[in-house]
Amino acid sequence: MVKREVVGAHYGLRDWLAQRITAVVMVVYTAVILSVVAGLPRMDYWQWKVLWQTPVVRYATVLVILCLLFHTWIGVRNIFMDYIKDPALRLALYVLTIGALVWYGVWSFRILWSA
Amino acid sequence: MVKPRPKYLNLFQIRLPIPGIVSIMHRVSGGVLFLFIPFLLTLFEMSLESAQTFARFKTVMSHWMFKLIVIGLVWAYLHHLCAGIRHLALDLDYGTELASARASSNLVLVVSIVLTAVAGVLIW
Repeated sequence: MVKREVVGAHYGLRDWLAQRITAVVMVVYTAVILSVVAGLPRMDYWQWKVLWQTPVVRYATVLVILCLLFHTWIGVRNIFMDYIKDPALRLALYVLTIGALVWYGVWSFRILWSA
Repeated sequence: MVKPRPKYLNLFQIRLPIPGIVSIMHRVSGGVLFLFIPFLLTLFEMSLESAQTFARFKTVMSHWMFKLIVIGLVWAYLHHLCAGIRHLALDLDYGTELASARASSNLVLVVSIVLTAVAGVLIW
């Protein structure tokens, strides 16, 4: 049987670590994608489209978007935790935020795959 | 004697030290970036959907107002990134002395503004 603590959710360390790992992934991606874009021979629609169709770019971007959504969730949740004192309002904002982030995720994958 | 807890501080009477300013800007820039995700996704979608929408994307991005918004977001991103790297260094116990903590905070402010200026020239 799983022993559950009554007080505290114990996600502090996990989220702290996740915030840092996702941050490092995004920093590396930012540096790489900027140099790739800077190295494009021309900046027209076809070059741009081919870039985002390239499998390694597409899947790296998917990974980064997942990192971004999780990173954003932890950050925005922490902001709400600090400033929103009413539990019902805070819960409503959590739900709205999660909904928005899931929507952004679906939206960005749709953009990548329609390219 | 029981001290009244929790203690609420008046934000407008606190003079933040440089690391505090960098810290609150880290939070604000993160919040702003979150709020502008739909804006950025709309632009990204416009740039990729078709040759026509790509042309429209270029037209939109030639407007000074959109340039300003994007440059502002670039600054938010760069500040958040630089302050984040500083946080990682602090986590690894680098620069935790007062003098170096102040110096790295100034560095974060300067580097993110200089990089934003470079990006701003490219965008404009």
